[in-house]
Amino acid sequence: MTSTRPNITGANGDHFQSHYIPNTTSEQAEMLASLGLDSIDQLFTDIPAEFRDPALDLPAPLSELDIQRELGDLAAKNRPLSSGPSFLGAGSYNHFIPAIIKPLITRGEFLTAYTPYQAEASQGTLQVIYEFQTLICNLYGMEVANAGMYDGATSLAEAALMACRVTKREKVVLADTVSPTYAAVIRTYCQSQDIAVETVSPSAPNLDAKTACLVLQYPNFFGYIEDLQSLADAAHAQGALAVISCDPTAMGMFQTPGHYGADIVTGDGQPLGIPASYGGPYVGLFATKQEYIRQMPSRLSGRTVDKNGKTGYVLTLQTREQHIRRERATSNICTNEALYALASTIYLAAMGKQGLRQVAELCYHKAHYAAEKIGRLPGYSLPMSGPFFQEFVVQCPSSPTEINKKLIERNIMGGLDVSDQVPNGMLLCVTEMNSREDIDALITALSEFK
Amino acid sequence: MKQGGNRQTEKLLMERSVPGRVGTVLPDLDVPAQAMPDSALLRDELPLPEVSEPEVVQYFTGLSLLNFSIDTHFYPLGSCTMKYNPKVNDEIAFLPGFAGIHPMQPVEQSQGALDLLHRLQGFLGEITGLPAVSLATLAGAHGELGGMLMIRAHHLANGDTGRTKVAIPDSAHGTNPASAAMAGFNVVELASDKNGNVDLEGLRQVAGPDLAGVMITLPSTLGLFDTNIVEVCRIVHEAGGLVYGDGANMNALLGRVKLGDLGFDVAHLNLHKTFSTPHGGGGPGAGPVCATQQLAPYLAAPTVTKQGGAFALSTPEKSIGKLSSFHGNFGVLVRAYTYIRTLGDAGIQSISANAVLNANYMMNALRGTYHLPYDRTCMHEAVFSADLQKERGSSGLEIAKRLLDYGFHAPTMYFPLIVHEALMIEPTESETKETIDAFIQALIDIDREVTENTELVNSAPHSTPVARLDEARAARQPDLRWKPEAAA
Repeated sequence: MTSTRPNITGANGDHFQSHYIPNTTSEQAEMLASLGLDSIDQLFTDIPAEFRDPALDLPAPLSELDIQRELGDLAAKNRPLSSGPSFLGAGSYNHFIPAIIKPLITRGEFLTAYTPYQAEASQGTLQVIYEFQTLICNLYGMEVANAGMYDGATSLAEAALMACRVTKREKVVLADTVSPTYAAVIRTYCQSQDIAVETVSPSAPNLDAKTACLVLQYPNFFGYIEDLQSLADAAHAQGALAVISCDPTAMGMFQTPGHYGADIVTGDGQPLGIPASYGGPYVGLFATKQEYIRQMPSRLSGRTVDKNGKTGYVLTLQTREQHIRRERATSNICTNEALYALASTIYLAAMGKQGLRQVAELCYHKAHYAAEKIGRLPGYSLPMSGPFFQEFVVQCPSSPTEINKKLIERNIMGGLDVSDQVPNGMLLCVTEMNSREDIDALITALSEFK
Repeated sequence: MKQGGNRQTEKLLMERSVPGRVGTVLPDLDVPAQAMPDSALLRDELPLPEVSEPEVVQYFTGLSLLNFSIDTHFYPLGSCTMKYNPKVNDEIAFLPGFAGIHPMQPVEQSQGALDLLHRLQGFLGEITGLPAVSLATLAGAHGELGGMLMIRAHHLANGDTGRTKVAIPDSAHGTNPASAAMAGFNVVELASDKNGNVDLEGLRQVAGPDLAGVMITLPSTLGLFDTNIVEVCRIVHEAGGLVYGDGANMNALLGRVKLGDLGFDVAHLNLHKTFSTPHGGGGPGAGPVCATQQLAPYLAAPTVTKQGGAFALSTPEKSIGKLSSFHGNFGVLVRAYTYIRTLGDAGIQSISANAVLNANYMMNALRGTYHLPYDRTCMHEAVFSADLQKERGSSGLEIAKRLLDYGFHAPTMYFPLIVHEALMIEPTESETKETIDAFIQALIDIDREVTENTELVNSAPHSTPVARLDEARAARQPDLRWKPEAAA
């Protein structure tokens, strides 16, 4: 660590020339001369002298070779999903990612473009967003989708706030089967706006005429599918909106939330071709009914024509947004996750009608195969019943965290410990990435842990 | 030929669909088929495209060619810091040990990731002089929401329930008032004085017992360092308020001054601006929040702590709570860490030095051709007005569109709102003098065109994949997704 400010203007010969910054000392001198100055420091004199040029305690610069070594070493201290079977889900899912996605999303033309405010110079991004909006609507059976939100939790929180605007009510009711982290984020978003957040059991949702929305998860946090039709009907009977957070992969086989009358559908796009990446960046999905479009947060790409009548795309209905409406905007959201909306769009194109159905069915059959076998192991049981997709809860004979430690010794990543909600409960996730061999290894290992 | 052929991109995915084509082949089911659920639970139609892999690759590659980007064009979009995004940062973020780790895996299996996050917290705390850092917020505006919720929590913890107002300069980004409103505050606008600084008299008038705080962008969106900033912080603190810093323009200040030293209490950084992580056409970003030790207990969860030799995810004592699904935009955080580590102390200071030099060099060369409403030494960007050109028939919008024909992305237009016909230009440190000279010449040439051939400028752009688009139609008759009937 250095504690004195290194010389960067080259006056005493220890100039550091970064490979990311083209200006040489002689070019700097030439530019300064055009300004009638002889030192870059003279450009910073508006900063009060007593605070200017503080000591900066950062390490010295590194070469690219050194940085690759240092970060390669750090990366090697983590256990990647590819190093052995994993049965962790709970909001981040291990699905197959087609090889085409990475080279396409890392094309500089997509990767290093800004938000498409300058439409004529951003038709690629704008058309991608329009495609994304189309495919998300098709996936969820909804009328309109936006260009993306941050992630699954924040999308759902924004949906709850939107429901309050639409209904002009100030109470959000959450099913207790919604992800605990999603519920926590909803509480953070609602805390300052005098919006009450209540939790109910989906078997007896206690709604009233003050309820803005009933928030559900499909499949729920534990992997199971609730009676969405009756729950949506119960919300509507009180004039409340049905807000459903929905796993997009399940849409490869299961009925759409739109079919059940959902008013706002959100989700996390991570299962659609986005790596787990320790929790981000992902992309939030957000769809609603046409009638609520003016209350919707975030960007929208619309198809229009140019002055010669040629089809083109622009950001539209921007009067909802912060850069126009400021404190009266539908949300403060600005930069979101456009690159991962692109990744999801490529994924849905590559998977297509047949592929997404196959992925969903592979997950379904493998998860049911695993559940059936584990449920029959001595000491293990399936405490929940009903239809499920790719996740399910197993009641273990002892602490799931302790069992997970033993599983890791066999290079198996077990499920999430949910014993705070289900005694000795482990939330397991089985996807197309788990071969029968992996699943059988898990079953064998569990059978040996009591 | 205009860039990006029509043939390759004209048809949308659903229009390209041919029954029977597949884009991916998946493995066969290797377990016995299980009983299917009640068919009422299953969907009939799955309206997704049926296209082969080469079509997908060609289509999206074709679309990419319709974009301007940093890798293909000078992109001097003011307030966005469109600097070069180093490729090694992407390579490292894609390592299986980073891209392939699950957010809920035990911390024992994620020590390398947590170590990196812990180091990044330290770097950002050192750079801002605000040592308490949470990396959990996913974009600039998201950080603003987190920071404003912390200010709210601080006042409430002191039993100070009457602080309902937040004052924000008229030059601020729209996210500032929107974030303050989301955090439950009423927004009061602060005027700027004739030098572009916060008007101190106006500030004194609102600095009362109902003031929760102010949100200040430094340098301001006028590209100017507010010479009253220390006094601004003092006035707010004396009134019992806190000072929030919008770090969107930190590229100008790296290593030159620390926000904490000036009196800021809490600030966010835009890693997708200052710290070179790619903007991706509108994200992902990351908006870490940096605060004084006094505000540390309120930070959004989780933060990374070191206990003994091991790293852990922690929830600060009086945390405002969780603001995102997991631990922040990790892939973005890895890139920013790599960037700071690569540049080191000397490189970080070289960024601000060259960003400010380039902006002043450009501003000086265009002074006289374009009106400078605040003619002072600028920081990382310069804000011009196209008033002089408008008198001759071409607005700021038209000049911006004409720049596209010269192969340059347009500057930010009509922002900040307090400058007529604003053109906000940020060259960044990563462009060469030759490029900046060519850009200056283009703006001088366009000024001449405004006089000699107004129509040429006003009908621009002429060389882009589409000409000027009908935005009114897009808003009046919203067409927001492809529908089968529209294809007929």
